Amino acid sequence: MGRNRTTVKLPSAPRRRALGLGAATAAGVLLLTSCGTDDNSGLPGAVDFTSDTVECGPEGTALASGSTAQANAMEVWVNMYQTNCENSQVNYKATGSGAGIQEFLQGTTAFGGSDSLLTDAEIEESERVCRDGGRAIHLPMVAGPVSVGYNVPGVDDLVLDADALAGIFDSRITRWDDPRIQELNPDTELPDLAITPFSRSDGSGTTDNFTSYLHAAAPDAWPYTPDKVWRGKGGQSADGSSGLVGMVQQNPGAISYFELSYAYQNGIDSVVLDTGATEPVAATVENASAGIAAGRVVGEDGDLAMELDYTTSEDGAYPIVLIAYEIVCDRGNNPATLDLTKAFLSWTAGEEGQEVVTDIHYAAIPEEVITQVRDRIQEMS
Amino acid sequence: MPAIQTDSSPPGGLEPAPRRSSAVRPGDRIFSGLSKGAGITLLVIMAAIAVFLSIRAAVAISANEGNFLTTFEWDANANPPYFGIAVLLFGTVVSSVIAMVLAVPVAVGIALFISHYAPRRVAGTLGYVVDLLAAVPSIIYGLWGALFLVPQMTGLYAWLDQFFGWTGIFAYDNTPARSLMTVGILLAIMILPIITSVTREIFKQTPKAHEEAALALGATRWEVIRMTVLPFGRSGVISASMLGLGRALGETMAVATVLSPAFLINISLLESGGGTFAQNIASQFKEAGSMGRDALIASGLVLFLLTLLVNGAARLIIARRKEFTS
Repeated sequence: MGRNRTTVKLPSAPRRRALGLGAATAAGVLLLTSCGTDDNSGLPGAVDFTSDTVECGPEGTALASGSTAQANAMEVWVNMYQTNCENSQVNYKATGSGAGIQEFLQGTTAFGGSDSLLTDAEIEESERVCRDGGRAIHLPMVAGPVSVGYNVPGVDDLVLDADALAGIFDSRITRWDDPRIQELNPDTELPDLAITPFSRSDGSGTTDNFTSYLHAAAPDAWPYTPDKVWRGKGGQSADGSSGLVGMVQQNPGAISYFELSYAYQNGIDSVVLDTGATEPVAATVENASAGIAAGRVVGEDGDLAMELDYTTSEDGAYPIVLIAYEIVCDRGNNPATLDLTKAFLSWTAGEEGQEVVTDIHYAAIPEEVITQVRDRIQEMS
Repeated sequence: MPAIQTDSSPPGGLEPAPRRSSAVRPGDRIFSGLSKGAGITLLVIMAAIAVFLSIRAAVAISANEGNFLTTFEWDANANPPYFGIAVLLFGTVVSSVIAMVLAVPVAVGIALFISHYAPRRVAGTLGYVVDLLAAVPSIIYGLWGALFLVPQMTGLYAWLDQFFGWTGIFAYDNTPARSLMTVGILLAIMILPIITSVTREIFKQTPKAHEEAALALGATRWEVIRMTVLPFGRSGVISASMLGLGRALGETMAVATVLSPAFLINISLLESGGGTFAQNIASQFKEAGSMGRDALIASGLVLFLLTLLVNGAARLIIARRKEFTS
């Protein structure tokens, strides 16, 4: 027995262990990065999540998903809501607006988050999800000012207007000491440095918003149709707002656009916009709220979709603002999560809900619009 | 070979075949069933992937207003959708080719050093380190590439531009070096460990008799390697390279982190722009509508076909070189 047995070499134990260890490390790192990507909240270390104004919904869990632009606001809202309502849970996944709309239309979520308006086809599709002849409506819930951040050594106060921005992002103005920039900044000594504009390489509501502004405020200089996809010529691109922030920090001469919170957290200077107002407007939360107030509600039959006035020249109104909507059915929401959704959204649209997000550089929805949002939430069925 | 009951059989195991088949044991049957099942499962999975990709891709391609093969734009969420894969195909192939050109010679060199030149202890450590490199996740390579490699490349590219800029391929405009060339270099580093460790194992299996015969003929160490190790390992090196190429073609995160994507083809490899299939899918997926996703799947199908094609070609080369594989 056994004398004819050929020996088979087994992989030695140490190697298998090493592979296992490698795999475990890899998995761990992936896990960490996947959590890390959307944590740009810059939440103060010890936020007090307790509140007296929360009116809890029934027990249960409401699922929601969508826009990453409102992810940080949602994080604060969800945390505060759940601290006060232990068994009533809201689970918001920041999957991106496209995926959020899809999931809502498939009926897998109680509400969707989106930073762009639904298309007519999508609204039509929503009639299959909303019962009782209902359809999807937009509820503007929070807004994010989009700042234009730059890295020009020695310059920490830069004024630009829409024409100059369009020229820069379309690679027609290529040096920082260009006369058109100098004209807007007579007292600043601009360096002889190449401009590298950075845009988003992934589809993004921020790009849509920023190019909407360029197209509306400088139609001749920016002829491209606004879109989630970048259309400008030249320059470079990077993935996600955090990618753009990294590029601006790394490369002197760089300029790019991202939500204001990214600029604040990373100490990046933001362009002050010459909108035609008596004084150039800085990108701040208050100015952004004033900017939204210049816009109007364009939705019909109870829909609160908004249209911004990008060409506003009102004093202290910053026009480049990203409005994040919650998408719900006006009638025929899923009865299992209806009351919970109403309770949660009522609170986020409430005074305290709107107040808390300004601490993390989101702009509140102006009073006259948010009161309509509150009414609409009450009428949801 | 299973132990044999009859003590009269010669030790070489030369008893006639029919005898063996008469005694089929349950273990044999289970094992052959299991391995057959595994083989069939693989085929079924591959077929299912191909069918899924084809169906979804057909939806997108039939709605596409642009030319799927030649359009230099990716506007799949527009109505009507308008997109084409020319830029992605170019970027994927070029970055992978750069990676292969840089990685294969180095990998073969490392493998030869480990298997034939290095002292035993050094070889062991080196082999271990190479294996460890293979376990580093691609996002780490990506971050390293974006934060360290890209700033370092500017000097090299300026030098290339100075002396070879006239070719057009190495023209450089002093913007951040987030180009297909940088991606190719990063991919080369990423596929190096896979190619090295597979090649090393192949080289180690060179029959001692061949090497000793070569030595007996008075060959130097390099001649031994050239006459015995390399011919013996050639098909193995090709297989290993294909494994590496597979990773390079499909690499996503590292490319998305390092490249500055844009839908254009630059003659210069050093200037930013371009894109790869996997990177484009990762970048566009988040905000894609249903048509956008189908379009991405269509591009995925092309990558799938490209991989099949490359692997098929490699198989052909290996088959033609069979005579060397003893």
